[in-house]
Amino acid sequence: MREIAADVLVVGGGPAGLSAAAEAAAAGAGVVVAEAGLHLGGQLVKQSHKFFGSRDEYAGTRGFEIAKILKDEIARHGDRVQILLGTTVCGYYGDEGVVTAMTGEEEYFRIIPKRMIVASGAQERLIPFPNNDIPGVYGAGAVQTLMNVYGVVPGKRVLMIGAGNIGLIVSYQLLQAGVEVAAILEAAPRVGGYWVHAAKARRLGVPILLRHSIKRALGGEAVTGAEIIELDEKFNQVGAPEEIECDTICLAVGLTPTSELLWQAGCRMKYVPALCGHVPLRDALMRTSNENVWMAGDVSGIEEASAAMIEGRIAGVCAAESLGLKAGAKKLDGFWERLGNLRAGETGEKIRAGVAAVTVAGWEGEAV
Amino acid sequence: MKDIASFESGVLSEVRPGVSRPPKELWRKRKGGLVVVECPQRIPCNPCHTSCPTGAIVKFEDINDVPAVDYAKCTGCALCVAKCPGLACFVIDIACGDGTALMKLPYEMLPLPERGGVVKCLGRTGEVVCDGEVKAVAEPHRDRTMVVHVAVPEDKVGDIRAIRVV
Repeated sequence: MREIAADVLVVGGGPAGLSAAAEAAAAGAGVVVAEAGLHLGGQLVKQSHKFFGSRDEYAGTRGFEIAKILKDEIARHGDRVQILLGTTVCGYYGDEGVVTAMTGEEEYFRIIPKRMIVASGAQERLIPFPNNDIPGVYGAGAVQTLMNVYGVVPGKRVLMIGAGNIGLIVSYQLLQAGVEVAAILEAAPRVGGYWVHAAKARRLGVPILLRHSIKRALGGEAVTGAEIIELDEKFNQVGAPEEIECDTICLAVGLTPTSELLWQAGCRMKYVPALCGHVPLRDALMRTSNENVWMAGDVSGIEEASAAMIEGRIAGVCAAESLGLKAGAKKLDGFWERLGNLRAGETGEKIRAGVAAVTVAGWEGEAV
Repeated sequence: MKDIASFESGVLSEVRPGVSRPPKELWRKRKGGLVVVECPQRIPCNPCHTSCPTGAIVKFEDINDVPAVDYAKCTGCALCVAKCPGLACFVIDIACGDGTALMKLPYEMLPLPERGGVVKCLGRTGEVVCDGEVKAVAEPHRDRTMVVHVAVPEDKVGDIRAIRVV
């Protein structure tokens, strides 16, 4: 069986993983990046909107352009970074120091990393409703991939479920692709995403129905519409359901961390609703309770890509330092400050509480 | 369909923190126009300030602050209009004084409007407010966010926030 050695194995080639790889490589570490998809950049490659944040996080730059910037940064480190595309890391055998991976469906092989940074991202949540298995019901990530990676529109008239940032942004991107958005439904009494994203969709004529949810998808062979229902403040259904005509139902109802590998690695995990699922305990260096394993990005709690990139840099620096390399630990203060700034406002309140619930001062005395 | 055009659903109905309106007197005489900002939620974002060449969009103490405008410094250059990821900046020029105004609006749709063409001007819920004549189409940052200069009736500048090419 093929065997690859690495100072640092980065699992996931999205914004967090690429940032981590760049920092570790800059410190002189030999880095392997394993990316399950066919290209680097993760969700960034589908993000045609401009980023928020500050200049340090490429604010005002479109997501796919940020992916290019990160790939260029990695490329400058030449052979020090080895990229494995189409590769899923599927097993962790800590006692032997072995990680197993698969490329495609054929090749199964071993990676022997000294350190591992898990930046495996998140997966979409779905909500149950009758007929949610018929063609035309999509997750928002799939719609974005179809449109923005492959240039295929999912349908002619879309009903969006969820007015978080993903629901609002994907609605705007559908409009840009010439697709009609019948409405955006949101169960809460206000949009969950940034107000300005809602305003962008609004002024192009998209209704946003607060306190509304989907009751069932309509159609036999494929979606022909949806039954929607109004909700009261306790999320109980009120009134009679109403029909909306559409050929696509797009679910943007949240994400949950993809944390299987961290469970396998024996990392201490905690269920934190504010971070959208089970996430590992961590110290300020983004290290898990397993001293050889770090984390960054959505797997540590669902947040914006701007935060994921900073977490990646912290993990990359710290994993390299733990190998005795000079990664520039003094950079860390800057990273922490930027992360603190991004989370400082009202929109960061939930994240701050969630992160506080899983951050430890040190691992001594923490039962592992 | 019960669509209530409320603030909570992304429709502005009143001036509140983060919403900047130019002082009337200065607005009347400033050729090139002044910026109107509609960014009423504290979010971690400051490209309006960092893209502003004159410091008219005041430096943020905290990146989560809502933008504040020093109108004495605003030249109506519209670089913020093209840079704001939330498309929340608009430049409005009412110095002409003949009942028409020039609006510089962000635009990221296809097809692109043509200079001299007539477009539909849309309000905050996408309703058609009036027709407008396209005076110029600029791409200040070469990043495919256009700034479309549209001549509109001056009394409609409070309502118009987007265009549709027909």
